[in-house]
Order: sequence, then C-alpha cells, then structure tokens
Amino acid sequence: MTPASTTPGVAAPPETTTLRGKDLLGIADLSPAEISLVLDTAEAMKEIASRPIKKVPALRGKTVVNLFFEPSTRTRTSFEIAEKRLSADTLNLAIASSSVAKGETLADTALTLEAMRPDMIVLRHSSSGAGHLLSRICRSAIINAGDGMHEHPTQALLDAFTIRERKGRIAGLKVAIVGDLLHSRVLRSNLHLLTKLGAEAWICGPPTLIPPDVARFGVRATSRVEEAVDGADVIMLLRIQLERMQGAYFPSLREYFNVFGMTRARVRLAKPDAIVMHPGPMNRGVEIASEVADGPDSVILEQVANGVAVRMAVLYLLAGGAEHEEAA
Amino acid sequence: MKRLLKGGRVVDPAAGIDGQLDVLIDDDRIAAVGRGLPVDGAVVVELRPDFVVCPGLIDMHVHLREPGQEHKETIATGTAAAVAGGFTAVACMPNTDPINDNANVTAYIVSKAREAGQARVYPIGAVSRGSRGELLADIAELRQAGCVALSDDGRPVATALLMRRALEYAAMFGMPVIDHCEDPSLKGDGVAHEGFQASTLGLRGIPGAAEAIMVERDVQLAELTGAAFHVAHMSARSSLRAVAKGKDAGIRVTCEVAPHHFTLTDEALAAPVPYDTNVKMNPPLRESVDRDAMVAGLADGTVDAIATDHAPHHYDEKQVEFDNAPFGITGLETAVSLTFDRLVHGGVITLRRMIELLSVNPARILSVPGGTLAVGAPADVTILAPDLRVRVAAAAMRSRSKNTPFDGWELRGGVAATIVGGRMLFANEAAGLAAATA
Repeated sequence: MTPASTTPGVAAPPETTTLRGKDLLGIADLSPAEISLVLDTAEAMKEIASRPIKKVPALRGKTVVNLFFEPSTRTRTSFEIAEKRLSADTLNLAIASSSVAKGETLADTALTLEAMRPDMIVLRHSSSGAGHLLSRICRSAIINAGDGMHEHPTQALLDAFTIRERKGRIAGLKVAIVGDLLHSRVLRSNLHLLTKLGAEAWICGPPTLIPPDVARFGVRATSRVEEAVDGADVIMLLRIQLERMQGAYFPSLREYFNVFGMTRARVRLAKPDAIVMHPGPMNRGVEIASEVADGPDSVILEQVANGVAVRMAVLYLLAGGAEHEEAA
Repeated sequence: MKRLLKGGRVVDPAAGIDGQLDVLIDDDRIAAVGRGLPVDGAVVVELRPDFVVCPGLIDMHVHLREPGQEHKETIATGTAAAVAGGFTAVACMPNTDPINDNANVTAYIVSKAREAGQARVYPIGAVSRGSRGELLADIAELRQAGCVALSDDGRPVATALLMRRALEYAAMFGMPVIDHCEDPSLKGDGVAHEGFQASTLGLRGIPGAAEAIMVERDVQLAELTGAAFHVAHMSARSSLRAVAKGKDAGIRVTCEVAPHHFTLTDEALAAPVPYDTNVKMNPPLRESVDRDAMVAGLADGTVDAIATDHAPHHYDEKQVEFDNAPFGITGLETAVSLTFDRLVHGGVITLRRMIELLSVNPARILSVPGGTLAVGAPADVTILAPDLRVRVAAAAMRSRSKNTPFDGWELRGGVAATIVGGRMLFANEAAGLAAATA
C-alpha cells in the first residue's frame, strides 16, 4: 500500500470498491485499501450532514438492529443517526446484563432476532469476541460497536478520519496514545489501524496498564509521558476507569493525573499544530485537564461529528455499496 | 477363556521387553509372554507385525462428571470413551456434585464403574471437605472406599498450611496429593494465557507465574514433609524448572502434561476459529516457548506422565461468549493419536517412552495395578497401531460431550484394541481388527 492512497481526495485503487467481509468485527480484518475506502466514502457521507434535508435513500428497505448489551449513549446514538440518515429501518435493543442472567444466551437472542430477517446487527457487548460468535451463527452482517477489551473498529475509523481531515495524511505521523491501554478496545483498534496506515504509534501509561507483549504490534511503549508526546502530531487520550484503583493498577486518581494527566504544559511538548483527541466519555482532571479538553487543540467534538459520517460509510459499504443501490 | 495375541511387537518397559513376541492371556491374567507361543485352544488374535502390544494405558486425570453432571458425561460414557482411546484405566477427579469428599460418593463411583464394565476407574478423593480448602476430608474413609490419591482439582489446595497437613496425613496411606497449581490472585478472572494473543484479542490473561508460584510452594512442602506431591496438568516453562530443581534435590515431586499443552499454543485463540471456546481450558494454552518446554520435558524425563484432563462440557455451555464458557476440553479419544503424531513420529520420544508416560509411570505414581505385562499381572493390555491414519471425528466419539479442538485433524497413529481384565472391550475396525474377535 502506498502512502498516496491515504491522501484525501485520492481514490482507493479501483478494485477496492467494497469490503471483502460480510461483517466488520475489527480493524485487524481490514486491508489498508479497505480502510481508505471507508474513509473516502465517509467524506461523501459527511457532506450529507450539511444539507437541509439530511437523508438519502441508500439503505431504504434495510433493517438494522442496534443490539446493545452495555450502556452506551454516544455510540448507540451515532449509529442510530447514521442509520436514519441512510433511510434504514432501525430497532434499538438495550439489554441489561441482568435480564441475560435470567436465562437467554447471547446465541439464542441473536437467533431470535435473525428469525425476523434483519439485514444488519450492530452489537455492543462486554465480552471480547461476542461479535465473532454472532458472525458464526447469523446471516446478517454484524457490525462490532465495541466488544469487551477487544476492538471498537468504528471508533478507530472515525479517529483516522479526523486525523486525516486535520493533517492531510496518516502515514508518518507520530501518534501518542495515553491512558488505560490494557482494558481499552479503542486502543487495540487504533493500533491495528495506525500501523496498517504507516503512522508511528506510541503508547503511554503506567506499566500495570500496558498490555503484555504489546511491542509485537509494532508500537513503542513508554511510561514517560513526556517521551510519548515529544514532537507528536496527535495526542489521543483514553479513559481511566474509576474502578481501576481497586485492581491496584495505580494508587489514586490524583497521582495518575500528576504523572500522566494531559496538561497544557505537556501538550506544549508536542508539535505546535498537534491535535488532542479523546473517544469519550472524558474524566476531566484525570486523564485530561479541562483546559486541554476545551482548548484550541482539542478536536473531541469533531470526532463525535465525524463518527456519524464514518458509521454511515460502514453501513453503506456492508450493505453492498453502489451495487446495492443499483439493485434497489 | 484363553486368548493369544499373536504376531505383534511387545513393548513392556517395566520388564525391559521389546520384540516380536506373543502374549497369552488366561481369563483375566497375563499367562505368558514369549516367541511363538502354542495356540493350545486359545482364541487367536492375529496382529500385524507393526502393531504394538503394551501394558494398558492409564489416564491419571479425567473428569467423569458423575454424580451430578450427567448431561456432560457419565461414568458409563466416560469409560467407554476411555477404552476407545486405548485406556484400560482412568483416575477421576473429585469435583463432581456432590464433591467426592466422603466414602458414600466414592462407593457410588466404584459401583457405577463396575456396572459400566468398561475401563477401570480409580477415584481421586478431595483433599478438603467440599474442596473448600478449610478442613481435611475424611481421608482414611476415602482410602478404604477406594480412592488412590487426593486432589481439590479445579482449584488449588488453598493454603500452604492445608497443603502441608494433607501431604503429611495422606503419606500415612501412601497417597500422593495432586495439586491444581494456580495462585488465585494472579489468575484473577483471567481466561487465556497472558501474552501477545490475549493482548490482541482483549482477553484477560493468566500468567505462567500463577502456576509456577504454587508449584514452587508445593515443592517446598514436599521437601518439608517428605511426602509425594504431583503437579496436575502442567503448562508453564517456569513450573517445569521448579519440578526439575525439586527432582534434582531428591524431593518427591512428579508431574503430568496434557496432550493439548504439548500440541497447541495460544495462537489457537485467534485461528482457525477466533475465540473458539474449545480452546479455552485451565491452565490455558500457553505460548510456543512453554509448549516447547513441555515437549522437552517429555523427552528428557522431567515429565512423568501424559494425562488428558478430559473435561467434557455440553455444547450449550460452550456455545457462549468466550468469557462465559467453562474451562476444559475432552481428551480421552485423541490422546494416543496426538502422542504418536506429535511426539513419537515427531522424533521427540521413543515408543518405549510413550508407554512409560501413558502406563508405567501413572501406575507407579498412583500405586495401582498395571503398567506391566508380567506373568500373573491383570490382563489390561492396549494394542497400538503406530501407522494408522486417524481422522478425528468429534461426532463419532463415545464421550457424551464433543468439546474438542481437534475435530477433523488427521493424525498418524491410533488404537487397534483395548483389553481390560482379559475382555477385549474395543477393537478398531479401521485397524483391521474385527469387533467379532471380542
């Protein structure tokens, strides 16, 4: 893959006009050309949001089920808006884990939905690999909206879209990811994506929160935040979950902020035009200082806006893209 | 009734025999081993010259699930699986429901095994009441009812003090204590080996040190007490080092390795089927350096036994999220083929060593009959077909559960026949042995 294909406005190679897989379970399964195809398609989708009538008929007659086993506001809302802008029929199922504990297995829930012949299932689940289980037993296309600590592919795609929009490229950029790396599905998707597209990825956090053998991803790991952000083009922060202190991963939130928190002084070590990203929801004063979150380098709300366009692109491409539209 | 096993290669490591010999069985005992034995009215079983006649194989670590979990396995189906896998005897772990921590449960298992009339069953009793790690189980009673060893398998013996007492007390009956070595705090809620694969797949990890730390503890306690400690299903290279060190110091420590731990690595988590719950077991599949260490330990004698940790689970229980699936896979019907294919044909161990690992040593560790073809010994005999082409077919297995990651594998080497107490309970038609000879 040449770096040129990740430049905005340059179309992906002509042979890559669809995604190979039936599902989107992770960035691990995508080729660089497929990633570029999603990003290019998202550019066209983004334009729709600026129209007075924000709706196109691309997914008319398609049924999409948003099956969420974990509480989620932004991801579920983002998918739902994306689906509605593409004219899909959508159904939201938020299943509290307590009702699952009462009896029905994930497989049975999925097969029950399958019997009603949806076209796609957007799945959020607390167990890594839950999407793979569904993929094996369902005919519908499965879109992983976050599975345990494994992947959150549409988040990485919207991050890449945002970086590409701001920086014009991804290859060769230094991207520093700071936070709870061990438990983060956003991290794993981003590592696959950034290394596939040729970025220089650095990850930073306390050693207790760095996944074992992560260097084999082809990334640099450090616990010195100054080293991670030094000369960075992009600083990406990951949420610190408040309950991690119980696992003795670090002593206190105050100490975490002192050692790793992204302050304005630390941002100054990055390139002057560096951008600051966060997948949300943020813990202000823990992984990120409010002055940075609300500051001029922050692109956090752009990420949210781009999320809708990227999810529209994924839905559109998995539905068959232009081929489906012609058939309809 | 007399039966003459004619024309095969007899390998009996205990007697130092390896040659083209005949074996005469009279009723339930070995009557003679020699060249060209006279037929003398015996039923003759003609064997190909490459077939191996050896002491019956003993699987010293299985879960038969009865009483209490008969939807996974029963003593009848589990022992039928055993003979189909070449095992004339199995030792079953006490984590049934109720736990085998008293003579009533042991007696129930013994009577069910007799009723089934397949492989011999040697129950292993619980170390502690309810395997809760607090009070010792009634060990003398368990012994009297037929238990051959003690274990709280499924969980470790909870404290160093309890392990010490168990070792001391069990030594009075010559029973080894078999420990599922795992530091619970390091294991945490881990589901896979802590390493690159778990990191990539987002699975919570269990480091090799979780196992090795408790192996180290128990080796120390075996030294302190002078009693026999056996490591169940060893998987980590650091555990192997601890065992080797203990053995060098003359401490009474032995260990077993399961076929999946000398065959597979944690790469099986990612491919061919990502998050396949049939590669979820405890201890987990580890990385290649650990797997290679297990292979080296099998070759150099540090490892004493191959045991399957046969852990049947109903498919409903495995058709769930990886996190929620129970640990364990079946093993009785694939162990011989994997041992042949990976170790013997792989040039790692000799046939003689294979029989030591699967028969002689388990008999010695558990102090049970078998492991020999000596005249007068029980006629527990396994006939192996070293070059048989085997295609593993989970659906055709005799075990009630089919949770094996080896379905569809093509392996070289298998079982031709299994004889328990003089009765030919399994004859493999694929190896040219007619079931009619039974």
